[in-house]
Amino acid sequence: MKFGILVNEGPYTHQASDSAYQFTKAALEKGHEIFRVFFYHDGVNNGTRLSVPPQDDRHITNRWSALAKEHQLDLVVCVAAAQRRGLLDANEAKRNGKDADNIADGFRISGLGQLIEAGIQADRLVVFGD
Amino acid sequence: MLLHTVNKSPFERHSLQSCLRFAQAGSSILLLEDGIYAAIQGTQFQPLLQEALNDKKVYALLPDLQARGLPSEKIIEGITLVDYGDFVDLVASHSATQAWL
Amino acid sequence: MSDEDMMDDEAGGGVVKKFLYVNRKAPYGTIYALESLEVVLIGAAFDQDVSLAFIDDGVYQLTKGQQTDGIGMKNFSPTYRALEMYDVEKLYVDQDSLTARGLNAEDLIVPVEVLNTTQMAELMETQDVVFSF
Repeated sequence: MKFGILVNEGPYTHQASDSAYQFTKAALEKGHEIFRVFFYHDGVNNGTRLSVPPQDDRHITNRWSALAKEHQLDLVVCVAAAQRRGLLDANEAKRNGKDADNIADGFRISGLGQLIEAGIQADRLVVFGD
Repeated sequence: MLLHTVNKSPFERHSLQSCLRFAQAGSSILLLEDGIYAAIQGTQFQPLLQEALNDKKVYALLPDLQARGLPSEKIIEGITLVDYGDFVDLVASHSATQAWL
Repeated sequence: MSDEDMMDDEAGGGVVKKFLYVNRKAPYGTIYALESLEVVLIGAAFDQDVSLAFIDDGVYQLTKGQQTDGIGMKNFSPTYRALEMYDVEKLYVDQDSLTARGLNAEDLIVPVEVLNTTQMAELMETQDVVFSF
């Protein structure tokens, strides 16, 4: 079965991203396909490569990046939500005249249409938020 | 039928009460994150959960229960404890999932 | 995977699913209402069968007379009136949520269909995709 995942909250403050990660991992272990993980609202903050959590804590962003690499996951950060919150890839940084980008490996920035497409193409959509 | 998910403590939010008002007979409810506090015996929400169990399935995510130091023998009878793999199966076996955020 | 699912895959862009946006949060205090509306507007281009449900504090998104100048935020409530132009016409409001807040349909900025609990529950059960923000 094909799953779409929506993550509405950023890392650490809420458990949403952790729950979404555990669910995604379990679905992959069961042989399901993850059509896309879409990050919206503060969820876009899961995609920053600048976070430096303490050594003894989980690294939420790196964990997503590693899972994406291992399973060719499509991790999509909403462009409108990302721009509001200061998450940029190289293209967006250039287009908006910013001097840096901060998107992590395995994440890409795209439009809200990608969320609707996930709703259409996936057999099930699961929402994690606050 | 729908799978409803509730991730908020009933003491903090109204999500569980709203979910139970709309959840149809035959649908399922999964309690996760802080939602699992509703699954414990002896709280003011036990009658509400017991009523739901008459015609609905109620599940609670065991890893969230364990993380919060709640022993599984304190769970209201009739509630099924599940892991993330079971959560995946529940999503797959229901027509759609509705998150009561 | 069922045959129906296989056909959906092959049909690609031709698939029409039932999408329900469940709005349960008040505007301005958090961004969820505004960003939910942004998804609805983008999603309208995909020609899906879209319904919006307003439950609990979500009914406050639709109240008349919102004036946001004093808090320095954009009043996005007029956008609900524009949804019709995007062919988003199914706006459902929970009767009990209105009553609990001392509101009725005349207090809302846009025509809606007020549903009782059973009707709303039945609407939810028929959906393919339920978005909650």
